[in-house]
Amino acid sequence: MENRLYLSSSPHIHSGETTDKVMRKVIYALLPATALSIYFFGLPALSVLLICTLGCMGFEALSCKLMSKPLALADGSAALTGVLLALNMPPTSSWWLALFGAAIAIFIGKQVYGGLGYNPFNPALVARVVLLISFPVQMTSWTAPAPLGSGLDAITAATPLGEMKTAVMLTGKLPELAHSGFLNYFTGNMAGSLGEVSAIALLLGGLYLLFKKVISWHIPVAFIGTVLVIGAIFWAVSPEIYPNPLFHLLTGGLLLGAFFMATDMVTSPVTDKGMLIFGFGCGLLTVLIRLFGGYPEGVSFAILLMNAATPLIDRFCHPKIYGQTEAKA
Amino acid sequence: MNLKAMNLKTFKGGLHPPDGKEFSATKAIEVCPLPEEIIIPLAQHIGAPAEVCVEVGAKVKKGTLIATARGFVSAPIHASTSGEVIAIEPRLHPMGKALPAIVIKPDGEDAWDENLKGANPDDLSGDELKACIQAAGIVGMGGATFPTHVKLSPPADKQIDTLILNGVECEPYLTADHRMMLEATEQILDGIAILRKVLGIERAVIGIEANKPDAIEKMTKEAAARNIEVQALEVKYPQGAEKQLIDAITGRQVPSGTLPMEVGVVVQNVGTAAAISDAVRLGRPLVERVVTITGPGIKEPKNLLVRIGTPLQFLVDQCEGLNGEPAKIIMGGPMMGQTQLSLETPAIRGTSGLLIFRKEDLPRYEAGPCIRCGRCIGACPIHLQPTAIATYARLDLFDEAEEYHALDCIECGCCTYTCPATLPLVQSIRYAKAAILAKKRTI
Ligand code: SF4
Ligand code: SF4
Repeated sequence: MENRLYLSSSPHIHSGETTDKVMRKVIYALLPATALSIYFFGLPALSVLLICTLGCMGFEALSCKLMSKPLALADGSAALTGVLLALNMPPTSSWWLALFGAAIAIFIGKQVYGGLGYNPFNPALVARVVLLISFPVQMTSWTAPAPLGSGLDAITAATPLGEMKTAVMLTGKLPELAHSGFLNYFTGNMAGSLGEVSAIALLLGGLYLLFKKVISWHIPVAFIGTVLVIGAIFWAVSPEIYPNPLFHLLTGGLLLGAFFMATDMVTSPVTDKGMLIFGFGCGLLTVLIRLFGGYPEGVSFAILLMNAATPLIDRFCHPKIYGQTEAKA
Repeated sequence: MNLKAMNLKTFKGGLHPPDGKEFSATKAIEVCPLPEEIIIPLAQHIGAPAEVCVEVGAKVKKGTLIATARGFVSAPIHASTSGEVIAIEPRLHPMGKALPAIVIKPDGEDAWDENLKGANPDDLSGDELKACIQAAGIVGMGGATFPTHVKLSPPADKQIDTLILNGVECEPYLTADHRMMLEATEQILDGIAILRKVLGIERAVIGIEANKPDAIEKMTKEAAARNIEVQALEVKYPQGAEKQLIDAITGRQVPSGTLPMEVGVVVQNVGTAAAISDAVRLGRPLVERVVTITGPGIKEPKNLLVRIGTPLQFLVDQCEGLNGEPAKIIMGGPMMGQTQLSLETPAIRGTSGLLIFRKEDLPRYEAGPCIRCGRCIGACPIHLQPTAIATYARLDLFDEAEEYHALDCIECGCCTYTCPATLPLVQSIRYAKAAILAKKRTI
């Protein structure tokens, strides 16, 4: 018996909440949003989702093989990157666009840095932005929802944010849709990328993550709060050209970004204080890009920029250590 | 008793491991019978090991002095039963190596030494009481085994105003203190009164985690008449760590690198208080303690009153034996306990529990890369950044590790417990601490 005993230093138990379980929970949390986007955009959305997810997993396996590293699919991070990438794609993206995105996410977004844990930028967002810059037309051709079974054909439409940007640029005034249609935005009945649609589904998933303590409240609250407050200030100053903060909240990728992309652990700060600063930065940049930038939507750029600031934030944000201040007194 | 209505205090950080106390919480303390052989190591406390003062062949009684304290930060050791000293030799110690020990063959009488005389604490001065405590070899029984008389001797410039009794028992599985509070309430309170007299202070607070409502109720009822406070604390690990307990009860933080006396506090374990009462009133030195024998690897978990030096195997035998094949034998609790090489090692003064896990109770995980989730930081009761310290430790960058306050780590294990990448964080931090301290010594 004696020689079959384990010797180790304490602690001897573990929470059981391992990386793969964390990743799996994030994927579960995305299920309502994915389901709704398949409902609204039909089979094309499903195929984008499958190509991105399987593509990311395949490329992950390939790169592990090429670098002779142990296969890392089991940690679930590649699958999650795939789902997140899909949610950032237009529903009608062609198969090669989705596959190319998956390759960028895994190779350029993640593996060149050494794989999970070492990538400075959110891999799904790296892919989205590379695609947006390389294939601006394909990445911005949106369609109006054609719910499953409705018999509708997918017709081209602009996203609410896109329409707003165009209208403000052409007429100097907000379009009608910035003042109404909030119920549709809330349920996700509008044009946009797969995951930019349903506020309610994203909120549901986000709350699940908060409740399960997979993410902490700091980033989403700081991010969304900043967008609302700054959005409200502009709106109060001149409501004809700046939309109501609710419009900011419900359209575009704010909820997806705040709950699922900005909270990516690897690329966001580790301390509570750091997360608040990070969330604030994301919110500020998002509003500024939406209102004054060249692109209608600023969430992806905002998060990527803040990803770049993360090492700096971590360098200067330290938790207040027990018994430290008194020691100096 | 409505605990919700009580204002539960706590600290920032920490976490909630499954408590495992259901195995033994309701089991009344039983007296463990006499084993064939008693192995009493000379190193059972923090400080210099004791010095043998008997010879092989000597007849001893229960409570006879067999090793004297070596210096102030040390404690004397006494025979835990009557019998004959049959060997003084290195034996396997809970620390994992063979260390000098006095081996006694019990004569079966278990007779107390007649020279031991008790006294009424009211007739003794504070210093006389302290001398009793020192002579009885009392050490901190929560597991740290720091000699109690040292804690009771603050330098003249340190004003002590609060005595905190640690009845938290936040380590999962352990129920020894819980049972003591229920079954030895009177001794504990008496010990507290003695401690107050030694320290010359009025305020004494017993801190108990809210998962022991029966103990809180009983203690509160009996303590009120003696003007001793009972504070219910939120259930959270490591609520019973000295610094976290002081923070929760007094709101004071012990400055980094100093002792609780710096903020006017002395902390003692409830079991220690009971031992102090016996030492003074009955003149009995510290020769036995309550040990929780528990875990899924034990057939019939129990709380046993154990003579110091009883081999662990004998304790297991009193609990109907092993339940399946043991994979890990832990002295203490699952968060901070020490794994044992074998069941031959004896229970010592700091042995609060014997916990046995089987293979199926211990899932093995492959450590992955840090995903920077920040959980280790959120859980650290000292608010360190374990991920950063551990990374520096792995790279042997000890100056950086020290800059991140590695030396403040209390080794509670929260970081490792919670890390989704299952990285051995506290283990790396211990390594860094040892290296930093070694470097400091050579300078
Ligand atoms: S760093 Fe030390 S004090 Fe902090 S959680 Fe880890 S073991 Fe506990
Ligand atoms: S808990 Fe583990 S994975 Fe999370 S930040 Fe700390 S070391 Fe990294």
